[in-house]
Amino acid sequence: MINDPNYNRRYVIAGIAILVVLTYIVRLFILQVIDQSTQGKAETNAQLRQTIYPSRGLIYDRKGELLVANQPIYEVTVIVREMQNSVFDTLSFCEKLQITTEEFEERMQNIQNPRRNRGFSRYSPQVFMDQLHQEDVAALQQELYKYAGVDIRCRTLRDYMYPIASHVLGSVGEVNQRDLDRDEYYSVGDYSGRDGIERTYEKDLRGEKGVEILMRDSRGRIQGAYQNGELDKEAVTGSDLHLGLDIQTQLLAEKLMHGKVGSVVAIEPQTGEVLALVSSPNWDPRTLVGQERSKNYQALLNDPHKPLMNRATQAQYAPGSTFKILQALVGLQEGVISPHTKYPCNGKTSYPIKCTHDHGSPVDLEEGIEQSCNPYFWAMYKDLLQQDGYSDDNAEFKEHYQTWREHVMSFGLGNRFDDTDISEQAKGAVPSVGLYDKIYGKKGWKAITIRSLSIGQGEILVTPLQLANQAAAIANKGYYITPHLNRNDSMKLRIHHTTIDAKHFDVVHRGMARVMTEGTGKWYNVPELQICGKTGTVQNPHGEDHALFIGFAPMDNPQIAIAVAVENAGFGSTWACPIATLLMEQYLTGEIKRKWLYDRMVNANLIDKQDEE
Amino acid sequence: MRNNRSIISGIDWWTIGLFLVIALFGWLNIYGSSYSFDQTSIWDFSNRAGKQLVWLVTAVVIGGIILMIEEKAYDILGYIFYGVMIVLLIITPIFARDIKGSLSWLTIGPISLQPAEFAKCFTAIAVAKYMSQYGYKVRDLRDLIVPFLLIGVPMLIIMVAQRETGSALVFASFLLVFYRQGMSGYVLSGGLACVVLFILVILFGETALPIGLGNVGILVSTLVIEAIVMGLLAFKERDFRSLVIVSIGVVVCYGIGLLLNIWLSINFNYIALACLAFTAIHLLVQAVKYRKSSMGWIVAFVMTTAVLCQGCDYAFHNILQPHQRIRIEVLLGMKDDPHGAGYNVNQSLIAIGSGQTTGKGFLQGTQTKLKFVPEQDTDFIFCTVGEEWGFVGSAGLLLLYLALILRIIYIAERQRDTFSRIYAYSVASILLFHVTINIGMVLGLLPVIGIPLPFFSYGGSSLWGFTILLAIMLRLDAARVNKMQG
Repeated sequence: MINDPNYNRRYVIAGIAILVVLTYIVRLFILQVIDQSTQGKAETNAQLRQTIYPSRGLIYDRKGELLVANQPIYEVTVIVREMQNSVFDTLSFCEKLQITTEEFEERMQNIQNPRRNRGFSRYSPQVFMDQLHQEDVAALQQELYKYAGVDIRCRTLRDYMYPIASHVLGSVGEVNQRDLDRDEYYSVGDYSGRDGIERTYEKDLRGEKGVEILMRDSRGRIQGAYQNGELDKEAVTGSDLHLGLDIQTQLLAEKLMHGKVGSVVAIEPQTGEVLALVSSPNWDPRTLVGQERSKNYQALLNDPHKPLMNRATQAQYAPGSTFKILQALVGLQEGVISPHTKYPCNGKTSYPIKCTHDHGSPVDLEEGIEQSCNPYFWAMYKDLLQQDGYSDDNAEFKEHYQTWREHVMSFGLGNRFDDTDISEQAKGAVPSVGLYDKIYGKKGWKAITIRSLSIGQGEILVTPLQLANQAAAIANKGYYITPHLNRNDSMKLRIHHTTIDAKHFDVVHRGMARVMTEGTGKWYNVPELQICGKTGTVQNPHGEDHALFIGFAPMDNPQIAIAVAVENAGFGSTWACPIATLLMEQYLTGEIKRKWLYDRMVNANLIDKQDEE
Repeated sequence: MRNNRSIISGIDWWTIGLFLVIALFGWLNIYGSSYSFDQTSIWDFSNRAGKQLVWLVTAVVIGGIILMIEEKAYDILGYIFYGVMIVLLIITPIFARDIKGSLSWLTIGPISLQPAEFAKCFTAIAVAKYMSQYGYKVRDLRDLIVPFLLIGVPMLIIMVAQRETGSALVFASFLLVFYRQGMSGYVLSGGLACVVLFILVILFGETALPIGLGNVGILVSTLVIEAIVMGLLAFKERDFRSLVIVSIGVVVCYGIGLLLNIWLSINFNYIALACLAFTAIHLLVQAVKYRKSSMGWIVAFVMTTAVLCQGCDYAFHNILQPHQRIRIEVLLGMKDDPHGAGYNVNQSLIAIGSGQTTGKGFLQGTQTKLKFVPEQDTDFIFCTVGEEWGFVGSAGLLLLYLALILRIIYIAERQRDTFSRIYAYSVASILLFHVTINIGMVLGLLPVIGIPLPFFSYGGSSLWGFTILLAIMLRLDAARVNKMQG
């Protein structure tokens, strides 16, 4: 049909067909040849990466005693489709798991509710019950073959050998959103160390998850191992942790602190290793494991005595008389006093600070420490700060105050230990010039204004950990190693020198020894241990005084430095000192000879007494 | 019946060869995509590949029978076939079982068939018969009223009564046939313009304008309409006076709108409509004054598209079903939903992409084997080709289809009588439409519209339907040779 006016339109139609096919070929070329990104997607699509959980590293004490191990925990999973396609004996299934049929129905509904269970698939295993013990699943395990689609899977939970050291060890719990955001290692439902040493050493303890790669189809049905398991990865068990903790000392300390609010910190001075760390009241770490964890954790949160607070590292007290030994050292270092310098004491009529003890006058340094003489330390402090007068704008005075402050802080006071594995510390406080300028005005304060500092009262605050470290630094005659929990040689390199020369410590040691032989600690001394100590009774605006004690033993070759704080207990000599000496006795001799004292301290319940008042 | 040998000698073996290669390749891929780990052999008649083989053999037999039938039957009985088919389409939803919301399946004994798959063939015969009658010529759109009705009636029944949007849309492919027979090219380009406007309105329909009220979608689409009108005035009508007037109208309208917006908040979509109205009125006056019908067409275009712009937003949100709306939104990139509505396409792209240049090999595809791609042996079968045969295989298949379609166009153009030519063009257009829509959907270029890939997708109705369609054309073509000899 040559005369067809639309003859050429055949080319338009053929052109459309060619254009479409060319477009599609270009698209295919981009998809298949140029773009390589779909390859990976296809792989993940077809794989089911089944996580294999490693068992967590074990935790031992300094003598190799096992403290924390793992226990198997079971979960029952169901594949809904297989269950529904079989004759499922619900009644006997419930009987085996000791649940009611209503509970069964409810659990099944929750599993299939996409809002509660986002990864729901009828074809893959879903958790039906978790946190079950061996005995809970034993009955089901025996006849598992009868229940199509049901399986029992095993994971591990923490198992504690002793019901103690909850604050040190911390606990393990399910990861939260923040962990998930911060660390790609975790996925929903994983466990991680929530607090204490479990959190600090999470990366060592957790090991490495393994993976088993299975092929699955789009409905989640397992079709076999991917590449015959060549890419599977075994789980790597977490590394074990050896703590400096001495479990016998820790056990005793917890017993002694039972019924009291307060804390104990014991440190090995040469190494900085924490031998015992107790915050009372505390809890049995076993109660924060598994099913009961959230319920029990809530109860701890609501406890009025705040057991979750680690008083050993977070409670802040004025150091009271325990601070006098530090004052003595600063005085010696600055040349304000010599070991023979004497100051008069007018006993209860002394001004501006009266003496709480009865002794002769004048007193030298050793006796001043022995008798915890307030007037001695005030006079010394005044001489230290006022030695060059005040000058125009108190500049000379403030300079001496600043020097004093630097000496004090060189013992680790007023700051957190930031090179340690002990978490959750409070800073404490050594008041700065700026603080007093703010309170009293730039010219408004003098030595007399801050006289309380001379005897460790006022604005100065310390934590029991800082106190124990201070005791260790004194025991070491001028240096300390950052207190730490992990018994790891690299930690020993974290040595800090105080600003006090070693030669000044002997006289202070002698004074501290006299505290135990003739002074406030004499009733609880164990002479063969050569204990050096200093008690403190800290005024407390909220109630009865806090009892404090710091000390170390033996004097010649210090093995243990201790700080004890018992809140609202009254005299330091009555409560804190005996606890400390009992612990030294236990640690240095391995036994307690003073059974009477032990019984009295263990049975004393100061919490209930306070609650009644 | 005349000499059978001469019929055989007149058969276009190229077409039959292409048909067989495509159908057998399809059969292999159906086996590949329904293959799983515990798969039985390809010959097992209880699985999809086995069944498809049965369909294929029967289709070849049916095709053979059709080649024996006197070709005059179609010309003579064309309308009767068409009428019977319409009746069948109407009664289908009454007896059909509801399969995934569609009422298009008739079950006769052991086999289920979709009458809609055969309707294309009989519609093509009826259209060919009407348009080849003596003295018929497409002069203007009035001559196309009956052909439009012929394709519109089955289209409507399938869409409304059987709820098979995909199968209904296929009838739009006849527009190409009409075009070949003389329908104005403006109808095709107008249709294309409508699609573009629809996309603009939907895509920017929810985007607010930076000033005043109204949305970007309507504003942009009206500006596109104005631009088309100006283009037509400048290059086709060469009426530069009107061009200037229309341009000034647009500028003045928007100027007033911007000015008023200082005090009032003006809905610029109304300004846009005012522009269109001004343009339409001016052109209408011109058309009447100078009796220019081409001007009248431009007015018709402006008015239709104006209504469309306002209407398609409404239609999109109120007439389309939610799943259709989401499919379009996903395609236009307005919603990203790899697990929901976009799941099919997303999985299909992953499967195709993972095939890379040479594919993973027959039966080696993990994506299709593990059943990630839904409908993988029917509408999404092209995925299996892409994954297992790679770029080489899938581009090769596309080229096979192109060869088949071009061959059919060639056959159409060598026909002596209009009936055969129109029928052959119908076959080419239907195949082109199916291939375009199906593979475009699998490649994520077109919305998900469920229509099969000709000769390739699993399914007896579609294979039978396409075979009959092709066989009738071959018979008509063979008769041409006969006539020459006789």
